Formats: sequence, structure tokens, C-alpha cells
Amino acid sequence: MAGTQYRGSELTDVDQFLTDKEGLESEREKEIGQHIGYRYDVNLVPDYDRITPFLKKYMEVMGWDDLNWLEDIHMGYEDGAPAVFDRNNNGWVSIPDTIELPDNQQDRDMIARELLIKFQMSDRHPLVALRKAYMKF
Amino acid sequence: MAGVSDEELKNMTQEERVTALGMRTDQLTGLAMRIEFDPDEVERFEYPWAPEVDFNKRTELDVDDMTSTEVNQKIRALMQEGYGTIVIKNPRGKHSLGVGILTRLRLIFEGSLGYFGVGLIDGPNVTINGRVGWSCGENMLAGTIVVEKNAGSTFGAAIRGGDLVSRGSVGSRTGIDQKGGTILVGGDTGALTGFMMQRGRMVICGNAGKNLGDSMYDGTIYIGGEIQSLGVDAVPAELTDLDKAWLTRKLTQYGLMPDKGVDHFQKIVAGRQLWNYDNLEPSEKKIIL
Repeated sequence: MAGTQYRGSELTDVDQFLTDKEGLESEREKEIGQHIGYRYDVNLVPDYDRITPFLKKYMEVMGWDDLNWLEDIHMGYEDGAPAVFDRNNNGWVSIPDTIELPDNQQDRDMIARELLIKFQMSDRHPLVALRKAYMKF
Repeated sequence: MAGVSDEELKNMTQEERVTALGMRTDQLTGLAMRIEFDPDEVERFEYPWAPEVDFNKRTELDVDDMTSTEVNQKIRALMQEGYGTIVIKNPRGKHSLGVGILTRLRLIFEGSLGYFGVGLIDGPNVTINGRVGWSCGENMLAGTIVVEKNAGSTFGAAIRGGDLVSRGSVGSRTGIDQKGGTILVGGDTGALTGFMMQRGRMVICGNAGKNLGDSMYDGTIYIGGEIQSLGVDAVPAELTDLDKAWLTRKLTQYGLMPDKGVDHFQKIVAGRQLWNYDNLEPSEKKIIL
């Protein structure tokens, strides 16, 4: 019966969803044919010792003392490949193969934050064209 | 899109703009939805359309005789002129002031705000020297809001990112439907705080009312005081060293660090009992797609 116990699987390894694209570990996941929940720890708070120079500069420009909204940005895994969810685009944006992934989630999250900022602020972001067409003022 | 100038677009209706930009004739068949990051993307820290503002360029605006709409339009006009620090005098509890600001700005309200103050913002640093009514910082995306005194109910409703701070106490349903970001409260919070929370962090230095974290799906609530009762599926969790380091950093940043440190904080998370996945869901999806 639903709603009486957690029936998904647990996150065990940083490469879990790179090696196992489907991510069906628990009995319930196998039964319904889909992974339950996020494929990364959404509650992981950032380790500020691992912050990149670009992100430091971003904080300075924005007048923030910390990563602010980027604290919620993590590297996720979509279709067996690393990706970042872009809320401005409401979709996943893939990490290119040329970027080597560190062996821990904290450093991966910092890379995700940097790439997302650069993409969101670029002229090729879909929001640029949508804004031209639909902006109210 | 290349054939239409911004000036021409400005003189068109929305319908005409959509057509002129080719959005009605896009060939969707065979179009890949996959988007990939470009590692060589140009370094830029603000949206391409954002006005260039300078934090050192400061102005004051007395809004005593202005409507909320007039105030918001004036703030936008000042940003277009490059003002990066704007002080609003005599807000007198007007509703919906400072909403929808989508870039960096220092905005200071000398007084109190009414309902839905500084909602839907994406970047600015806002200071409010007084109190705020219902739903301050609702749907906030990024930036900081610091309220020096108390706040009403639904403080930070549906917040998605950024830091929302009240140095005083707040009403009920704080962070209802929270989807990200951090809410910090120096005092107490009312009933149903964190109701249907989905993501993000909430730090309450004082006590919490009934049904804390009721029906929360994810996210973390840190409580320094007493909890009147936990809501459905809200469960205590272990406070890790990383949590303590993050709490220390965040509370110090806003001058809310308790004298006794952070070791006494309780951590509340979702028990994941409400994560329902129906057998039918995947097959229904297949039918729809």
C-alpha cells in the first residue's frame, strides 16, 4: 500500500546513475519500472572550501556573501549521463563529454553551478528568444 | 529572428512578435530537445537584457503619494538610468512593492511593507527596516531579503531560491510549498511551518508551532527552540558536521548566531512516507506520450 513506508532505493555511490542508467534497485522500483525520487542528494549543503574562482567572482558581482540560489544546484544524472536542471528552461542541460568529472559530489556540484550560470547568462539561452516574443514590459 | 530589429519588435503586438520571430513556423519534427553546455561560453554574470547598474550610484525615492504600480515602475526606470542602490522612503505598508526585479540591485525600504512585498525577485539584495505583511518574498528566485522586524504569515511562500531573513518572529505557514532557497527566522514561527515543503532549507532560531513540516516531501528544517508538534511525515535526523558548518556560516552572515552556537539545533527532514508511486503511472505516461 502506498503512503506507509519508503519504497525507493538509497543513494550509495557518486557514480551510481552513470553506471546504472535505469536506477531500479528496490523491489518497488522494479515493479513500477521507474526510479523513485531524485538521483542526487537535494539536501546536500555546499562545502565552501571547494568553491571555484568563477563562482567567487559571481558572488562578488551580485553582492552576495555566499552562493545564494546556487546552493540548490547540484549535478544530476539523466539517461545515464551527467546533467544539470535549468529552472529557467524547465529542462535538463547535459554536461559535455570533454569535461572530466571529479570523484565527489561536492566538486561536481561546483562545476554544475558554474556551467549553469554561464549558460543562463548567454545569448543562446532559450529564454532570450522567449523574452523577446512574450515580455510584458 | 535575425531579420527583425529590437526597435521593430517594440512596435508590434505580442502576436505579431511571435510570428515575426518565426515561432509559429518552427519545424518541430526531428528536432532534438537535448541541450548541452558549451564549456567555452563567454563569462557573464548577468542576464543579457539586464540593465547595467552600479551599486555606488545611489538615489532616494519618497513614495508617500505614489501607488504601488507607480513605485515599481519608478524603480525600473531608475535601474535603467544605472542606479544600483535605491532607498525607498515612506512605503507605509503598501502592498506588492519591489516585485519582479530580475537583476542585481540594492533596495532599501525605510519602513514597513504590506502584503506580497518583494515577491518574484531574481537577484536583488533587499533590506526592510520595518515589518512585512503576508507572503513577503513569495516565489523568490534569487537574492537576499532581510526584514529587521516581524513578518506575517506565509513568509516565503513557494520560494525557489535565495535567502529570506526575518530577525523577528513570523506567522503561520512559513515557507509553504518551499521549493528551494533558505528561510531564516531569528524568533519564533507559527503553525504549519514548512507545510508541503519540497526542497530548500529553513532555519528557525526560536520555537515552532503545531505541525512543523506537515506533509513535507523533501528539504531540511533546522530548529533552535522547541517544537510544539511535528506534522505528518516530518522526522528528526542527525545534525552532521557539514550541517553545523553551514549553519554557523549562514547564521553568522546575518548576525543571527545564538550565543550557545549551533549544536543544540534539531534537524527535521521528510520521512518519505508520502512518496507515492502508483503502478499505473508509467503506463499512463506511455498512453499520453
